[in-house]
Amino acid sequence: MDFQSCVNIKKEWDIVGARQLGRDIAKKIGFGTVDQARIATAISELARNIYLYAGSGKVCFEAIDDMNHKGLSIIAVDEGPGIEELSQVMEDGFSTSGGLGAGLPGVKRLMDEFDIVSEQGKGTEIKVVKWLR
Amino acid sequence: MRIPILKLHNYLLISIQIDLDDQTAIQFQEDLLNKIHSSGATGVVIDLTSVDIIDSFIAKVLGDVVTMSDLMGAKVVLTGIQPAVAMTLIDLGIHMQDVPTALDLEQGLIKLRQELEE
Repeated sequence: MDFQSCVNIKKEWDIVGARQLGRDIAKKIGFGTVDQARIATAISELARNIYLYAGSGKVCFEAIDDMNHKGLSIIAVDEGPGIEELSQVMEDGFSTSGGLGAGLPGVKRLMDEFDIVSEQGKGTEIKVVKWLR
Repeated sequence: MRIPILKLHNYLLISIQIDLDDQTAIQFQEDLLNKIHSSGATGVVIDLTSVDIIDSFIAKVLGDVVTMSDLMGAKVVLTGIQPAVAMTLIDLGIHMQDVPTALDLEQGLIKLRQELEE
């Protein structure tokens, strides 16, 4: 099961579309209910960040199936303004939009791997992985 | 998409059975406050049994609606939060400590009655 599918994030409803597709893929890979909820929630946070801060972008899913490693890799890419202070957005409670500031640090806790690359004026790419236990 | 709000004596009952998008959540917040105002309800139960994801935005909207209703004089109890949702919320760092909760609709109504009769 090696495939890649993407959801374009342009309007608010796409956040729901992305997390539903992500949950379906997670289910197919064999994740249990709790991990499905973790994955769907992480996707929701990533997609909302794209919608709120970059305007548009995409969320892509890839099933990982190595010799003894199964999992789901999710990449959220946008060409928005980039993140000025990376260490700040990874702090719990930091928000510029009046939200809870739980987004990115929350995603990091929900998933097993978390990588973020952001360049001002160019955009942001966040890659997260959840391994099947 | 509108979430139906049912009136039962002086309580309002809501069962959320759809995957909540941001717009629907905000609309619900407004609808509920208007309904509290027009009906004079003193207690509200929001049942989340069928909700399988609560992200930080939805959590904020729910937490806010509890505080807003409280300001208006109505007590809100959230019921039926699924195990997976509870675990995910804690991972997100959202503790919702000031929000009254109960296991299910029945327990929620008991809790409301106790709180309102004190």
